[in-house]
Amino acid sequence: MRVLYFAWLRQKIGLAEEEVAPPPEVRDVAGLRDWLATRSLGHAAAFADAKQVRAAVNQDFATPDHPVAAGDEIAFFPPVTGG
Amino acid sequence: MARILVQEALFDMAAESAALTAGRIDVGGVASFLGVCRGDDGLSALVLEHYPGMTERALARIAAEAEVRWPLTGCTVIHRMGRILPGEPIVLVLTASAHRAAALEACAFLIDWLKTKAPFWKREEFADGDARWVAAKDEDDAAAARWQAKGG
Repeated sequence: MRVLYFAWLRQKIGLAEEEVAPPPEVRDVAGLRDWLATRSLGHAAAFADAKQVRAAVNQDFATPDHPVAAGDEIAFFPPVTGG
Repeated sequence: MARILVQEALFDMAAESAALTAGRIDVGGVASFLGVCRGDDGLSALVLEHYPGMTERALARIAAEAEVRWPLTGCTVIHRMGRILPGEPIVLVLTASAHRAAALEACAFLIDWLKTKAPFWKREEFADGDARWVAAKDEDDAAAARWQAKGG
């Protein structure tokens, strides 16, 4: 699956996007987030405060219990601040 | 069908407003909100990042919701991205309707929802070289939430 990062998550991780293949026990957004956090120190720092991280699955806002599957586009980012 | 644009370039508010009334005689009012970059605390620029694809989709969905709730004859949302200097416009919301109440309410709704439901992030850059990401504000969530109660 394709994972995108925005704003300070992108800066902390040092990547705007990456292609990942998580193990089968990763079934939802929260599971993916926790698994991604183990990939590097930057990932761990970006996901350290889960309350400050929002997600989208296939370009729609998604809650932590939203399922994820191979082929999905998942994005992680801080609360939005446009306007 | 709303006109939705996400762009780096400046926009022409007068031309956008004129386009909503051009060639029609059923428009009784056009309401507008123009968001402008303030230069507080030595701010030298705002850098707007967004999620291409999702942004346009989210803005179209918010505009469609406004069109369901109010009898609009037209609606325009233009949000800039990239580097924005103090004094420059950031976002334009225009709503046109036969009567003022619908235009004014829909305009307020659009900017309130846009602030909490469209994937944009602002980074502030300061003259001394410092930079920081803008944190989301509770009052923006509260402003968006007041429209939830009104059905929809």
